[in-house]
Amino acid sequence: MIEVEHLTVSYAADGSERFALHDVSLTVPQGTVCAVIGPSGCGKSTLLKVVAGLIHDYQGTVRLAGKAADPRAMRIGFMPQNYGLMPWQTVAENIMLGCRIKGEKTADLKERMAQLCGRLGIAGLENRYPQELSGGQQQRVGLARAFLLRPDILLMDEPFSALDAITREEMQEVFLDLWQENHITTILVTHYVEEALYLGQQIALMAAHPGTVQEVRQNELADSRKKRQTAEFFAAGQQLRDKIKAMEVRR
Amino acid sequence: MREGKIVLRAYLGGAAALLALWWVVALLVALPIIPAPDKVFTKLGHVFVQAIAIHGAYSLWRIAAGLVLAVGIGYPVGLVMGYSQKADRLLAPLVYLTYPIPKIALLPILMLLAGIGEWSKILMIFLIIVFQVIIAVRDGIRAIPEETYYPLYSLGASFAQLFRYVIFPASLPKFITAVRVAMATAISVLFFTETFGTQYGMGYYIMDAWLRVNYLEMYAGIVVLSFLGLFLFGLIDLVEHFACRWHK
Repeated sequence: MIEVEHLTVSYAADGSERFALHDVSLTVPQGTVCAVIGPSGCGKSTLLKVVAGLIHDYQGTVRLAGKAADPRAMRIGFMPQNYGLMPWQTVAENIMLGCRIKGEKTADLKERMAQLCGRLGIAGLENRYPQELSGGQQQRVGLARAFLLRPDILLMDEPFSALDAITREEMQEVFLDLWQENHITTILVTHYVEEALYLGQQIALMAAHPGTVQEVRQNELADSRKKRQTAEFFAAGQQLRDKIKAMEVRR
Repeated sequence: MREGKIVLRAYLGGAAALLALWWVVALLVALPIIPAPDKVFTKLGHVFVQAIAIHGAYSLWRIAAGLVLAVGIGYPVGLVMGYSQKADRLLAPLVYLTYPIPKIALLPILMLLAGIGEWSKILMIFLIIVFQVIIAVRDGIRAIPEETYYPLYSLGASFAQLFRYVIFPASLPKFITAVRVAMATAISVLFFTETFGTQYGMGYYIMDAWLRVNYLEMYAGIVVLSFLGLFLFGLIDLVEHFACRWHK
């Protein structure tokens, strides 16, 4: 479970204090995906960085499974927008990175990695370097790293946004497939309405200037390939889109 | 391996062009101060094992010792300055104030303090290249974008892990370039220091041949010095090739 309470993050700009996030509260129940969506500048990424332990200067509380967030004590899978691959490491080393840092030396690690690579369609690329791969392949390597780590929570910052539409949908299905096996508590930041509806059992709508959570809604349409094709899905997408647009106009 | 062949061919081509130029100049000038390459190489064949090799070994040892010392001290200092802004603010003025001092001017002092033997020569090389190493390592580490650390921060990585997985590999290309530049400086500085207080080293050998007006031996020494440089640069290129495979 991820609990964020009254989180405020401010930064100095032009000599005055601005809020990146203002009094944000959000609870993600154990074993669910919360999609965070909102216009640019609403502090989605900042929220993720606080939970990931990358920003320490904040007010409010962040608890993971009831304890104060601490990257040393927990396994946090963090996937930044650029996938966070190390250019100087091969694909295999990149996938292993999380487990290496955590000192995991289980006997079946190699086997699990091979299995993941097979499922993600990147088998045979283990000795390549990230810049020799396409964007979609890099994305898969990032996912493989995250899932090999078997994290307590997973944080993804617009993970599929740099991909073309077809690859993006493919990757969403790959993610869903892997996620349904492990049910890792996940926060997924996105700016695609369809992605939020497809992957998030819970959708948090954020507004900008300052960044606040406007609304948290349950989403019955998630996790189903069938429902994705229904009129209901399209209607919900349209409604969500209008809401975000309205928020952008208001500011 | 094909790549290796291409590189080898390029080196051979370069050497051939240089030799041709030398030959033409020697023929045009037709004076003993510029002997033709064939004579020099014949001479080199005669004197290399019995006379030059020991001098080459001494020079190589001094360069290696100076370099190891400069990297051993310069790398940690550069690391601290690059990673911690506080340390940089403290140390940068010291480095900037001492970097521009012509170290050669300190040679008499060094010779008094460290003696005229090996140490003064090694320390001189060290003094001249340590600053290049410090600055290159610091700038290389500073140039790493903050986001590169994020995946490790979120995993709760220790500083040793940050160093191993990010800082060291990310700054390696800049570091190797610095060593390459420093190496060229080291060789020319070495030549100068070896003209004093020693009877071994390529600097001594070349100056000695010069004073004896033995131009063939002098040129043989210069050729060996050139090959010494080639060998060292080749070594650095090789290290870079294997250590920075990802870097293009």
